[in-house]
Amino acid sequence: MTKNMIMGGLAVFVLAVLSPFWFNMVTTTQAAPEPELLGNAKKATKCVLDKYDMRANHMSLLDEWRDAVVRDADRIYVAANGKSFNMSLSTGENSCLGCHEDKAKFCDSCHNYTSVNPYCWECHTNPKEIE
Amino acid sequence: MMEKSRRRFLKVAGIAAIGLGAAPAMNFAALDSHGSASAVKTKHPDVLVAKRWGMVIDTEKLNDKILKQITNACHIHHNVPDFNHEVDKEKFPKTRPVNHKQEIKWLWKEKFHYAFPDKEDEFLNEKFQNMSFPVLCNHCKNAPCVQACPTQATFSREDGIVLMDFHRCIGCRFCMAACPYGARSFNYRNPAPFIGKIDPDFPIRSKGVVEKCNLCAERLAKGEQPHCVEASEGAIVVGDLEDPASEIRKLLRENYSIRRKQSLGTEPSVYYIV
Amino acid sequence: MLEIAVKGNRNYWLWIIFLLIVIGIGKIAYLDQFFNGLMITGMSRDVSWGFYIANFTFLVGVAAGGVMVVIPYYLHDYEKFHRITILGEFLAVACLIMCLLFIIVDLGQPVRMLNVLLYPTPHSMLFYDMIVLNGYLFLNIVIGWKVLEAERNQVTPPAWTKPLIYLSIPFAIGIHTVTAYLYCGLPGRGFWLTAILAPRFLASAFAAGPAFLIILCYIIRRFTKFDPGWEAMQTLSKIACYAVIANLFFFLCEVFVVFYSGIPGHKSHIQYLLFGYHGYNALVPWMWSGFILMAVGAVFLLIPRLRSNYILLPVACAMIFIGAWIDKGLGMISGGFVPSPLHHVTEYAPTLQEIIITLGVYAAGFLVLTILYKLATTVKEEVNG
Repeated sequence: MTKNMIMGGLAVFVLAVLSPFWFNMVTTTQAAPEPELLGNAKKATKCVLDKYDMRANHMSLLDEWRDAVVRDADRIYVAANGKSFNMSLSTGENSCLGCHEDKAKFCDSCHNYTSVNPYCWECHTNPKEIE
Repeated sequence: MMEKSRRRFLKVAGIAAIGLGAAPAMNFAALDSHGSASAVKTKHPDVLVAKRWGMVIDTEKLNDKILKQITNACHIHHNVPDFNHEVDKEKFPKTRPVNHKQEIKWLWKEKFHYAFPDKEDEFLNEKFQNMSFPVLCNHCKNAPCVQACPTQATFSREDGIVLMDFHRCIGCRFCMAACPYGARSFNYRNPAPFIGKIDPDFPIRSKGVVEKCNLCAERLAKGEQPHCVEASEGAIVVGDLEDPASEIRKLLRENYSIRRKQSLGTEPSVYYIV
Repeated sequence: MLEIAVKGNRNYWLWIIFLLIVIGIGKIAYLDQFFNGLMITGMSRDVSWGFYIANFTFLVGVAAGGVMVVIPYYLHDYEKFHRITILGEFLAVACLIMCLLFIIVDLGQPVRMLNVLLYPTPHSMLFYDMIVLNGYLFLNIVIGWKVLEAERNQVTPPAWTKPLIYLSIPFAIGIHTVTAYLYCGLPGRGFWLTAILAPRFLASAFAAGPAFLIILCYIIRRFTKFDPGWEAMQTLSKIACYAVIANLFFFLCEVFVVFYSGIPGHKSHIQYLLFGYHGYNALVPWMWSGFILMAVGAVFLLIPRLRSNYILLPVACAMIFIGAWIDKGLGMISGGFVPSPLHHVTEYAPTLQEIIITLGVYAAGFLVLTILYKLATTVKEEVNG
């Protein structure tokens, strides 16, 4: 095998490995969308976690919640800030979607941007979508 | 020499790979301590509690109409798909034809010799011969399904309810083989097209998980009686089997009751007054 | 050593390409199942395990059968098996890979597979099955590879392989015992609820494994210059013979117990398999052919003159292998589910798509087997030549 072939192969390999980066550089990328707070969520000043903790850790919090609800029959979450919430994605006033009424703007916009596809909504229903 | 150094490289690379694998595991172990230190998870104030939940079904008070009410209440509120439901072609195009043998049911009716196959009498009371009995998960004290499940997706809660964690189920169906009561159903397909109107108070299921009666754990947690109890016009009572003063213990004291296949030692928590 | 696998003649590559095509077709069929769910199978609410788990069970047996060459060679210094131990070990590897693939294609939520490790559950038999299957796979890969490598370099295998070899023996028994325990510990299933299930599984495994190994020896003789040795094949055939007789005997014991005691919950399943139950009899012809194949195969192998007939031996082995497959692959799983715990009868038959996926898994196993056997035979040719 010649040196050139090896170098050529290496170049192709490096290009392929870095494809997500150059692909994003070539195609236009938008700035990360901000989750929009609407309706009740706008009026409320406190959520289950504070803003940055929420951004970083909401998935592990939801993971804890589902275990607590399904396995321990705990339903109420008294947050560190003293407010209590219904540990539910979508049922009742005091659940995630009960307050953050617009799922598309609260959940989906970021998830779409980051290409994550949580399977929550395969089973949990957005009350707005039932009609 | 070449051979040797390649080997050494592979060894080092292997050890490095183990290290890479260990890092997330360490992070995972450390996760517990983060964030919500002062947050608390508690029960709903109206929660109904029991040492061991049980059910008594007074078959004297049942008829076909009530049985239908019970089944409907259970299935509609738990978003149990009905494969006879006409699929909305616009919402669910390309829905494939149904195999009715793959049906899903939580609570349904059976004739005596199917519900109680080990109590099959040659000369059975005529009344029983024609009667239908509601059958459902027995929430066994020694549940074979719980024993079989490799992920604890199905588990016995401290209060005796045998529950499914749909998030965790891998769909191996070992529990279905283990259940002596045929109480479990598997989602062979996405159930969504076959649910008429979704009840927002309960999730639907994804394909590939097992489901069954949950004794309305989601309602007991909020202080409400199970759907079947409410629809039964007094024929079904749910309560604490371990509490001698409870209504169901009183019913069991005063009436003759049978259980399904109790000779297997699973200790079913559903009693039938006959 | 792996470089041997990429040097082969035209037939070798044609066979590899053929297997890859079958795997590809199986993969396409599986993708459809992956996206649409197990609805594409013939399984139902009443018969919740089918062709995949049945083939899994059968192949665990073939894998365990490999130990029938390991024990004589390593525990009894039976020199005749020196040339074929590696074949037994590599057959186990290929079978175990198929077993694991069958488990995966049978899962409703395969992406959550690792939950078994994330939430280890020692009261579930599947937990132990996972441990012994993966353990036995690992042991056989390491042992087979190291021993073959040593043979290639004309040195003795490293000393640490010896304890692993001894460990692999209880593991071989273990994989099939634990697989039987999956079934025989379930209170509501009269057909499986028998203490003799694990011995029965082992007997049929020690028949099917060696029988298949003999057939593979014929194929190796035909296509390579390596000769596994006629005497080794004769010894294997005796092992297969007594194992299949034990298997038939165990089944007769089952038949006696259920019919003489007459307990309906136990009797109905064997009734269904052998004579039909309430007019349902889809498996009756299969079961009888399975037992006849095994019985005739056993007679062929029992009589020295027939056993040592070069043409007849592979035929007898094929009969035993197919018979054991019918017994375990078709009857063992369906038989446990029909009739259901409520004594309803729902019959099961695999769908075409289910069969295609199954064939894809088999092709993947045969690809692994081909490559491993190519390594083994080439090394042996080199060393002997």
